[in-house]
Amino acid sequence: MPVAPSSLEQAAPPMKTPRLDRRTNLLAAFVILTNVLGNFLLSWGVKHQTTHLGLSPFAYIQVIFSPWVLCGTTLLVFWLLSRMTLLGWADLSYVLPVTSVGYVLTAILGRYFFSEQISWQRWLGTVLIVIGISLVGLTLPNTTAATRGGEQFR
Amino acid sequence: MKWWMVFAVVVCTAIADLLQSFEMKRKAVAAEDLRPGRWGRVLAGVLQRGQLLAAIFFMAISFFAFLKLLSLADLSFAVPVTAASIVAETILAKLILKEKVTPLRWAGAFFVATGVALLAA
Repeated sequence: MPVAPSSLEQAAPPMKTPRLDRRTNLLAAFVILTNVLGNFLLSWGVKHQTTHLGLSPFAYIQVIFSPWVLCGTTLLVFWLLSRMTLLGWADLSYVLPVTSVGYVLTAILGRYFFSEQISWQRWLGTVLIVIGISLVGLTLPNTTAATRGGEQFR
Repeated sequence: MKWWMVFAVVVCTAIADLLQSFEMKRKAVAAEDLRPGRWGRVLAGVLQRGQLLAAIFFMAISFFAFLKLLSLADLSFAVPVTAASIVAETILAKLILKEKVTPLRWAGAFFVATGVALLAA
């Protein structure tokens, strides 16, 4: 299917401030939401099916087409596309921390919906991960726009 | 087996993210194309770009390894432990993508590594 040049190839002014604009924040929130819910539905589907996931590829295919896993996979397709877009707007080493809140939300979902036992070490580990990637979030979002000569978002 | 799956997820995720970041910086998707009804066009655009297809291939391997990991471990373990890819990707982003990794970003990577070690304890 041909793609209109305007969608992928139009140039735009470079990002001038470290603050993410509203559209980028909204997109980041969408990336987080689709990732957390997608992973949650995947886990729900895997834990509520009887097929053993061994070395046979057929078992994986059967699991993928189960309803919950299919819903989770669909959400993860949206996550993939929106995250790719976000990666075009900001550094890889910036996008990772911005979307890190998903780790905490996932731990909370696991605790309350799957009654998973989360030790204090795991909670501390999760908190340290979030602190670490939040520190990275204090830095400039895009450090390569000028040097790489790439096209920027509008 | 559990840690082999973690290794596969981390390595494949890092490769996939590097490919995506490089290619999407080269040609970014416009914000207007994220409206409902235009996602199909974005997907079609992605499927025409070789580096993004390669990224999807590595993400698929990561996905299947992650499915296997979910069958072996708790969700609250599986998702945070794969954050180890962040450390690897920060290093590779500096070396390959030439991003400016400041001391603050390195400190963040250290916190992440410590957090992952705690999860594995």
